[in-house]
Amino acid sequence: MSAQLRLDAVEAGYGDLVAVRDVSLEVRAGEVVALIGSNGAGKTTTLRAITGLLPVRRGRVEFEGERLDGLGPAQVVARGIAHVPEARQLFPTMTVRENLELGAARRARRRRSDALDLVFTLFPRLRERQAQLAGTLSGGEQQMCAIGRGLMAAPKLLLLDEPSLGLAPVTVKLIFENLRAINARGTTVLLVEQNVARALELSHRGYVIENGRIALAGTRAELAQSGHVRQAYLGL
Amino acid sequence: MAVGLTLIFGVMRVINFAHGDMMVWGMYIALLLSRRAGLDPYVGFVISAVALFALGLAVQRGLVQRIVDAPHEMQILLMLGVALVLENAALMAFGPEPERVRSPLAASTIWLGPVFVDVGRLVTFGVAVLLTLLLWLFLFRTDLGRAIRAAADNPYGALVIGTDVRRVYATAFGIGAACVGAAGALVSPLLPFQPATGLSLSITSFNIVIIGGMGSLLGAFIGGLLVSVAESLGAVFLAPSLKELVSFSLLILILLFRPAGLFGKRAP
Repeated sequence: MSAQLRLDAVEAGYGDLVAVRDVSLEVRAGEVVALIGSNGAGKTTTLRAITGLLPVRRGRVEFEGERLDGLGPAQVVARGIAHVPEARQLFPTMTVRENLELGAARRARRRRSDALDLVFTLFPRLRERQAQLAGTLSGGEQQMCAIGRGLMAAPKLLLLDEPSLGLAPVTVKLIFENLRAINARGTTVLLVEQNVARALELSHRGYVIENGRIALAGTRAELAQSGHVRQAYLGL
Repeated sequence: MAVGLTLIFGVMRVINFAHGDMMVWGMYIALLLSRRAGLDPYVGFVISAVALFALGLAVQRGLVQRIVDAPHEMQILLMLGVALVLENAALMAFGPEPERVRSPLAASTIWLGPVFVDVGRLVTFGVAVLLTLLLWLFLFRTDLGRAIRAAADNPYGALVIGTDVRRVYATAFGIGAACVGAAGALVSPLLPFQPATGLSLSITSFNIVIIGGMGSLLGAFIGGLLVSVAESLGAVFLAPSLKELVSFSLLILILLFRPAGLFGKRAP
C-alpha cells in the first residue's frame, strides 16, 4: 500500500535556526504512527512543516500523491489534515460548542451537526460542558475539546502534538482510548509524544527523531525492543 | 464610533489613530450626498458606511497587513501617517471651513414625557443602538463573525484550524471603518466639522474605549454613554468649554481604579 503522507528529506526551522534537518517518513492510510523524541528534537517543527504553519525549506511533503509544501494552513486543512497543536490553542473566551464548530467552519451546516454528534459521542463530557467557556475547562477537558475541534473538520489524517502533556494518568488513559476509537473509524493518526510507552502502545509503527533527523524507525515491537529506545526513552 | 475602534483593536491589536479622520470622511460623504443628491444624512449614513468599509479594506490590505506583527510603536507611526494623509486630503478636497449638514430631522424637537428632545439626537442614538446590536449579532451568530472573534481570542489557534486569518483581519478592519463612517454621517447634522476635527474625535474615541475596556464591544457602548453624559453634565454645571475636563478626569479615575477599563479583560 502506498503512503498517505510522505515526507522526503524535509528541512524547516525558525530564522537562522534549523530545527528539522533531514526528516523522511511515511504514514499509510489507517495507521497510527508515533513520532517520538526528546524536547527540542524537532517533533513539533515537523508537524508545523506538514500543516504549512512553517515553510518547508528543503525536501518535499506529499499527501495522497499531491505536494503539500508551499501551501498555507487553510489549504492543508481543506485537503483533509487536522492539527491538534501543542498546548491545545483553544479559543478561551468562546464556548466549547463554538470552539468545536469553528473546527468545521469550512463545512456545510448539516455535516457539522453530524460531526458534532460524533464528537459528543466520543467525549460525553464535552456535551455536558458545551455552553461553558473553553478557558474554564480542566486540562483534560481542554485536550478533549482540542481533539474534538480537529475531528469536526472530518480529517483523513489527524496530527496530534503531545496530547498527554500535563494531564493526570487517568485522563491520559481516557484520551488514548478515544484516539484508538478515532483510528478504528478510519482516521489516520500521526502522534507526537514524549510519553513513549503510551505512544508505542497505541501505534502500529514509530519514528525516533533526534537533533532534527530520524534516528530510528520500525514497527511497535521493533522499537519497544530496541536497546536505544529502551534506554533513552523508556528508562528501562 | 468607539465600537468600530474596539473591533479593530480587539481583533488585530493594532491601534487605529486614523479613526477620527475616517469619521470626518464619513461626515464629508454625508455632506456631499446631502448637497449634491439631496439625501438626508439619516439615510445617507448607509452609503458613508459602505464607502468607509471600502476605504478600511484598502488601508488594511495595502498597509496594515504588513505591520500586524510589528511592535506597537511602528503601528502607531503608520496609522498617524494614514491619519495625516486623510486629514490633508479632506483639506484639499473640502477646504478648512467648518461645515454642517442640514437635516429637517435635526432641526425639530419633540416632548418626550417631561423632557424636551432633539429628534436628530434621538434618531442618532436609536441607530447607534441598532448598529451595535447588529454588530453583536454578526459577531456571535455568523460564521465569519465567530471567525473574527476566534482570531481575536487566539490568532495562532485560528491559523491552526485553517482560518484565512488575512481575510478575517481585512473584514474586521472594513467593518470597524464602516461603523466609523456610519457614526460620522449620523452626527454630521449635530456637530460642525472641518478636516482638523479628526484628531479630537480620535482622542474622544480612545477615551471611550479605554474607559469601557480595550477590546470589549459592550464596554465601548457603555463607555460612549458615560463619556457623553459626563461631558453634558460638565457643560451644564461647570462651563461648556470645560466639558472635556470631566471626561478626562473620568478617564484618570478609571485608570486608577480599574486599569483594564470597566469591561476590559485583565492582561494575562
